Formats: sequence, C-alpha cells, structure tokens
Amino acid sequence: MILPLLAATLLLAACGRDDSGGGGGGGGGSSNAPGITDTTVKLGSSYPFSGPASAYSAIPKSLNGFFKKLNDNGGVNGRKVQFITYDDGYEPQRALANAKRLVEQDKVFAIVNPLGTANNLAMRDYLNQNKVPQLFVATGATVFGSDQAKFPFTTGWQPTYQTESKVYAEYLKSAKPNAKVAVLFQNDGFGKDLLSGFTEGIKGSGISIVAQESYEATDPTVAPQVKKLAASKADTFLDITTPKAGAQAIATVAQTGWKPLHILNSVAASKAQVLKPVGFQYAQGIVTASYFKALDDPQWANDEAVKDLKADLAKYAPDADPTDPYTVYGWLVGETIVQALQKMSSPTRDALVDAAKHLNYNSGLLLPGITVKTDGDSDPYPIEAMQIAQFTGQNFVLKGSVIQASSG
Amino acid sequence: MSLVRVTAGSRAHMALRAGTALIVAIVLIAIPFNSNPSLNGNLTLVMSYAVASMGLGLLVGYAGQISLGQGAFFAIGAYAAAAMLAKTGLPYLLALPLAAAVTFAIGLAFGIPAVRVRGLYLALITLALAVAVGPVIKRAEPVTGGVSGLSAPQPPVPGWLAVDPDQWLYLLSLVVTALMLLLAANLTRGSLGRALVAIRDGERAARTSGVHVSRTKALLFAVAGAYAGVGGGLFTYAQGFVAPESFTLLLSFTFLGAVVVGGLGTVIGSVLGALFVVFVPQYAGDVNQALTGVIYGCTLIAVVYLLPGGAAGLLRRLRRLLVDVIEPAPAVPVPEPSPPPEAQRGVHDAVPTSDPAPTGGDPAARGLRP
Amino acid sequence: MERFLQVVVDGIADGSVYAALALALVLIFRSTGVVNFAQGEMAMFATFVAWALADAGVPLLLAVLGALVFAFAAGMVVERLLIRPVEGSNPLSLVIVTLGLFIVVNSAAGWIWGFNIKEFPALFPRGVAEIGNVSLSIESLGIIAVLLVVVGLLWLLFTKTPIGLAMRAAAQSPSSARLVGVPVGRMLMLGWGLASLLGALAGVLVAHRLFLDTNLMAGVLVYSFAGAALGGFDSPIGAVVGSWIIGVTEALAGTYIDVIGSDLKVLVPLGIIFVVLVVRPAGLFGSPEVTRA
Repeated sequence: MILPLLAATLLLAACGRDDSGGGGGGGGGSSNAPGITDTTVKLGSSYPFSGPASAYSAIPKSLNGFFKKLNDNGGVNGRKVQFITYDDGYEPQRALANAKRLVEQDKVFAIVNPLGTANNLAMRDYLNQNKVPQLFVATGATVFGSDQAKFPFTTGWQPTYQTESKVYAEYLKSAKPNAKVAVLFQNDGFGKDLLSGFTEGIKGSGISIVAQESYEATDPTVAPQVKKLAASKADTFLDITTPKAGAQAIATVAQTGWKPLHILNSVAASKAQVLKPVGFQYAQGIVTASYFKALDDPQWANDEAVKDLKADLAKYAPDADPTDPYTVYGWLVGETIVQALQKMSSPTRDALVDAAKHLNYNSGLLLPGITVKTDGDSDPYPIEAMQIAQFTGQNFVLKGSVIQASSG
Repeated sequence: MSLVRVTAGSRAHMALRAGTALIVAIVLIAIPFNSNPSLNGNLTLVMSYAVASMGLGLLVGYAGQISLGQGAFFAIGAYAAAAMLAKTGLPYLLALPLAAAVTFAIGLAFGIPAVRVRGLYLALITLALAVAVGPVIKRAEPVTGGVSGLSAPQPPVPGWLAVDPDQWLYLLSLVVTALMLLLAANLTRGSLGRALVAIRDGERAARTSGVHVSRTKALLFAVAGAYAGVGGGLFTYAQGFVAPESFTLLLSFTFLGAVVVGGLGTVIGSVLGALFVVFVPQYAGDVNQALTGVIYGCTLIAVVYLLPGGAAGLLRRLRRLLVDVIEPAPAVPVPEPSPPPEAQRGVHDAVPTSDPAPTGGDPAARGLRP
Repeated sequence: MERFLQVVVDGIADGSVYAALALALVLIFRSTGVVNFAQGEMAMFATFVAWALADAGVPLLLAVLGALVFAFAAGMVVERLLIRPVEGSNPLSLVIVTLGLFIVVNSAAGWIWGFNIKEFPALFPRGVAEIGNVSLSIESLGIIAVLLVVVGLLWLLFTKTPIGLAMRAAAQSPSSARLVGVPVGRMLMLGWGLASLLGALAGVLVAHRLFLDTNLMAGVLVYSFAGAALGGFDSPIGAVVGSWIIGVTEALAGTYIDVIGSDLKVLVPLGIIFVVLVVRPAGLFGSPEVTRA
C-alpha cells in the first residue's frame, strides 16, 4: 500500500525539480524583469476555452492574430511578443493555477486580460504579492482598479458595469424621466454590479424600479422571469443578460405582447450573435450602449480602421469571426497592451504598470469621442465612456453623443 | 517472479513497510523545497481534492452508496472555513474542525432520510443537493459574500519555520491529508469497515449478523460529508478566496471520477485520482487548446477501460512485481482464518463481481441496476 | 385567478421542455437499466446535426429526420463500443464512462460548431391559442401533442409488442432473458438507439425556444431527472406528468412565494425529488421494486 505511493511521489519529485533561482527567461533578463529580453517579451493569460463561458474564447483568438501581425511588423520597441494562454474552464481555482504556472514556470513578464470576475479575484492577491502586473482584466467589475493602494498591480480596461449602467440611467433621465423599470439580471457579480450602478444612477430622479427578477446562468430559459416582469406592466425593461438569455428575453417579450423600452446591456447586444438568431423584426427599438465599432455595421463600411481590421483578420486570424464583437474587443486590448509596452520607461514590471496607468490615446476602432485614458490613482479606469445606440431596421444607430460616466 | 519475497507479518515485512513509509515521508516533505510555487500550489489543491475523494471513496467504494453530492459538502466546508477566517478572529487551525463539524451535521441530517433510498435514487437526491447548494450560498450573502465570493486570510507561516508561504501551505495540507488518510485506513480496518463491507455485499445478511444498517449508512454519510468539509477547509487555506463558480455540479462528478480513476475500494486511490483530475485538465490544453474537453473525457474513459482497478490497482500490480507477500503456512487448519493483512487485500475484494446476474444479496444495493 | 391559471399553463409549457428529455432518460432506464448522464449532450449534438442540415438547405422535416436517424445510429454505436465493455462491472464505472462521454460530446460540439447561439427553425407555426384570458403558444401545444404521441407509442411498444417485451426482459434480468432466447446485446443496442433518438427529438422540439448552443440541455438535465424521478423511472407517462408537476410547482413558487424568488425557485423541484424518493422511490406512476428474499 505504501510502496505505490512511493513510486508516485518519486515521479512527482523528479518532475518537480526546477531550475528556478536562476534568472528570467533568456539572456539579459535580471531577476527584476523576468520574461523580457531585448528581442522578446512574454505575456500570459487565462481564458475559458471550455465550459459555460467558452464563447469568450473569441478574445484570445483575436489577440493571437493581433500579436502575429505585430511580430510580423517587427514587434514593439524591437521586441516580439510571445503570448501564452491557458484554459481555466471559468473555474477560479484553475485560473489561479494558470496564473502561477505562467509566472513560475513560463516566467512571463506580465499577465494581461485574464477573463472573469471570480477568476481575477482569485489571482489578484497572488499577483500583487509577487508584484506581477495584472493588466487590462477582461471583466467590467468595478472592483478592479478601485483599490489602488492595496492592489497596485491590477488595472481594468473595458467600461465598468457601473459606467455602463450610469450611461443607461443618464439616457433614461432625458428620454423617459419618469420611467417605471422592470429589471432582469444574471445572479452573479456582473448582473449585480450593473444593477447597483443603475440604482445609484437613478437616485433623485423620477425613475423607479418596479420589478426585478434574477436568473441563474444554468437556467434553461429566462422566459418565466420575463413573463413575470411583463405582468408588472413596467414601461421600461432593463435587460442585464448574457447572449443566450438575452435572445430568450427578446423572444419572450415579443411573445407576451409587452412593448417596453428595451435596454439591452452591451454583453448581449451583438447584432450577429444575438439579434439575428432572434429575428431583427423582434429587436426593433432595442437600446444599448457601445464603445467600439462593429465590423458588420454598414455605417463603418468605409471606415479606414474597420477596413484595415477586416483585412488583418483575414490574414492573421482567419478563423476569427469578424461579426463577433469580442473579435474587435480582443484587437482593441492588443492595441492597449502595445501602448503600455511602448511607453514603459524601462524593461521592468513596475515601469509597465506605470505606463498602463498613464495611457492617453485614441483608436480608430473606438467610437469617435471615446479615448483610452488613465491617470495614476485618480483615474485608474482606461475607458469610461459609452454611446447609446438604438436598433433600427437592421442595424444599431448611434444616438446623441458620447456619455462620460466615471466609475470612481 | 518477484524480486523479493517476504512472509506476511514477519520482521522483514514490517521492516520493509516501515522503511518504505519513511522514504515516502521524506520524499513528500522534500518536494516543496525542490519545486516552485506553481507546482506546490497544484499539489496543495490535489490534497484538498484527495481528502474529499477519500470520504467519497468510503461511501462509494466500501459501502456501495453512490453520492453525487460530495461537491456540495466540499463547498459548505470551504465556505464555513472562509467565513470563520474572514469574519472572526479565531485561530486559523479551528477552521478545519469547524468545517468538519458543520458538514458532519449536515451529512447526518441528510443521511438519516437518505438511507431509505438506494442506487439510482440515492444518486438523484444527492444530485439534488449538489444543485441546491449554489443558489443557497448566493442567497446567504451576509455569511458567504453572495455572488462576489469571500476572501479569507491564509494561514500565516509560523515564526519558528523558515519556509515560504506556498511551502508552508503544502506542508500543512500534507499533515492534514496524512491524518485523514490514516483515519480512513483505520475506519476501514475496524468494525466500521467490516460493517460497511457487509452492507455492500448484502444488507439483509448484514442485518442478520447484527449490523445496524440504517445507522451505519447514515453515519457514513456524515463521515463522508465531514471529509469533504475538511477538504473544503484545505481548499480555502490554499486559495484564500471562495466563490460560487468554484463549486459547480461538475465538481461532484470530478470527485467521483477521482475515486474511480484512483481505484475503488482503496484509500490511497483517492490521492492518485486527485492527481489525475487536477493535472489532466490543465495539461490537456497543452496537447490541443481547442480540444481540452475531448482529451480529458477520452482519457477518463480510457482509464476506466484499461485500468478497472484504477491507478491503485496498477501500482499494486507493480508492487507485486517487486515484492511478494506470502501468507504464513497455517500450523493447523483453522475454520476461521485470520484476516489477511491490509497490504494483501486486493482490489478484487472491494469491487463487486462482474457477474451481472444477482448471486445473492440485495441487487439494488449494488448500484444502478434494478 | 386568471393569473394563477396562466402561471399553471406556463408551468406546463415549461415542464414540457423537461418532459421531452425525461422520456429519453426513462426509455434508457427501462430498456437497459442504466442511467445515461450524457443523454442531454447527445441530444444537443443531434440537434446541431439537424441544424447543420437545415442550414445547408435541406428541408426542415428531412433535416430533423436525418438527425433522428443519426441519433439512433449513434446511440447503438455508443452502447456497443463504449458501454458494453463496462456493462457488467461496477455501476460506478458506468457512471464515470457516461460522464466522460458528457465531457467529450459537449467539447466536440463546441469545437465543430462554435459557442455562439444559433437560431433553430420553428417546427410549429407562430401564434397563440387563447381560452378566455389564458394563452398558450401553438409551439407549446405542439410540443405537448408530440409528447403524448410518443408516450402512446412507447406504451404500445413495451406492452403490446414482442420486441418491447424482449427489451424489458433484457433490462430486468439479462441472464434469464438469454435463457429464453432473447438476444440481449441487440436489445440493449436497440434501447440505447431509441433513447438517443428520443433525446434528439427532445432537442429539436425545444431548440427554437431555448436557442441552440452547446449548453442547450445542460440546465434541463437536472429538471428532467427530477421529473422522471417524480413520475417513476420506468413509466413514460410518469416522466411527462412528473415533469409537468415540476414545471408548475416551480412556476407557482416563483410567482407567489416571495421569499423564494427566482434564485431559489430551483429548490422546489429539488425538494420534491427528495421527498418523493424518500417516501415513495418508485414515483407516482412507477411500479415499486420488489426484491426477492
């Protein structure tokens, strides 16, 4: 009984033998800056390639294409990027294990754009304690970036859920100042964060929440919840769902004959991925907030940045889906990473984080008027503005102007 | 055929066992100092899963009761520990007994009605438990942190020990896991173990032998729950953060997988199985990132086919190649032979025979077949 | 009162989604004595096959038929190649094999068709039937009708045909069945093939309203188990009625018991399973297990 255990542990000890204690990866790397040399820089991340959130694997697909193009054109500051990603199946313990593997075994320079609120929370302590950058996290949870004193190595990237919901609140205040709102929200950090931002945003106005229903990501359908909300006869429907539930919600609203002002959060507001399967005829009038251009939007058909991206995708990421908004998202994240790498004053992790916290640039893929800007501790959120768009005919049409809504 | 032959119970045998145990202990303790925090972290996670699988192994392997709810008890134990660590100032070591006590109590409360149910139906009500635990955790926000999860301070390295935090967590988990392993081995060797085997092989016969079947089964549920609770506590120590996403229904199946892959009816199998379920999904991605699920699933199926005795069975065969433990020749034929030493007991004893036709005893107790 | 009736009717409609898969679970249990945890994923995969055919231009009904044939064949192949080798041994090994199958099929579907939702064409006309102020969609009526027809066919199969009798014999007592000349292996294959076909049928029935993706059946499976357990695992009509009861009680609890709310409404069917299985494991319509001393 004991003997088998001996065999197993001897095997383990053998492969556990590590040559750590030496320097970082490659020549020239000091223990101050693992994962970076004069010619290469190693970045790592953790994404759900399997499991319930696997639709987000469109992001690394796009990012890989971005880095391929970057390397083809000489890299950044003469350094080519090696991007290593691991699957976490959307499980926090696997995300943490991946982060440790990337830092300890692959010796990456920084962790960029890991996905998932719980996953990022799981690795945040470890990365900050070991002074490894956790940059541009792929989640809108407001908590990433808010506590700069305690977690200085962590920054966000996309507009936070609170930013987004404040944008909806601002829009409603002018469009429907006395709206009676029914809310459907996913019962997790994403849903609750958006809901609380909205509740905050409508304080003191004539808008009120008259009904709210939650749903679990594992529920087969949200039709019962939507039917219950329809019975409340609210005139506005705030729909905080992920793509599949969003599609079900739109279909159920049409079925019940309820005709509210339907505000659909950006995660579920993809024309190709959500509205098309439901049927454009049922999506008329749906309002959402966005911050970047969609590649299948005819208003950008002649836009230089959009045309360039389509060509780049065909060349460098042919299996990426151009109609998937997360393809554009991934490319945008790549641009931000490069900005930080370009601007860092020395090849050290501290310098990278500092560069990430002092960004100020525009991207042709962002909506006009939206920039990527951070300013140290006083403004840790890179993108804090969105614009309302309403689905008319076969496309989302931008309305009004860009709404700034800081998360701080 | 073997390299060495010893007689069971002889001094050579004892010396061999003691020597092996010593070497194993030294190797296990040496590992964290010759690896890196990533591997140490993984091994610590393996140990928390192994403890949970041990408890499930007792329930499933020895008593033939299928439970799909071990993940629920694991979650409860992890949250109990996290809540204690995060919200009270109690000494951190208390988190483990607390988790064990809470899950023991819930396991008992669940087990008492559950013992009336067999086979498939037992699997289903434990499945119900596994599905129920997520929403309840999210609702109990003041205690559990709700949807956002709960951060818990990790056990600090004691001042008198000059090791790194990851090494400390590994060693702490190692001690706890070893203790739980010894406890399980003792349980299976003693009267409880005999009662369990009797129940598995035929409840009616067991009853006539004086085994109090319902009470034993309920107690076993509680014990399995407590094991999962301790595993959950170790999980919290190692992760420092718990969230509902960590404890999906898949986790319950994962523990079951660990029990089968490791080797049904063996206690050491749970450790080997835990190694499998932690490392294979992680490294399946290295083979082909898009197909991690396919690779993991196929590997799981392959192991069930190729190694019916699990990894423990394989290692047992390897051991037999090296060392042959033979029974001492009896001086006089005795009607009641002494029970074979634990090392001799093969997988065959613990796994029901492969004859599908009922040979006696309660067919439903053997699992899912009607 | 009207609202109450509407909630009940909605519950039956939602319950029908669970019922469709529950029938497949019951069929496989009745004809082979095992529980297939991968039933939902196999159903999802076959539904994707139907979708792919329809997307390629095949007329919808032919596409569905194609998927059913595919599912039947796949079920038989799975039984012969994957399940048969472990059938006689430990039941737990069987559970783990079906679990492995779950993971493989789910992953394979994602790899082949991606992870975004697809629109599955409607099998029934749009529209709503109204009685008084209570409405029920034509689609739901259609699903219920199909369910009842299937239940009827299964009843005919198992009680009135020799092959159905042979299947039941093969499931309940393989060795005795062999003695009287029943080709047990073939019956098991047939059972798996039929169950897989029913699963595919369940998938195509519900894919339009749930939207097709790799998680189509993941959430449904537990409810289907609940429905089958409540109704009795060896009773097709039990599976349907049980699932309806699950749907209705869940809807009522979610609507009228405020403290439960939408997040805890799943506890209702779970609580029902628990009580039923402890008190009367055979379920409402099943025949109680009789063990010979």
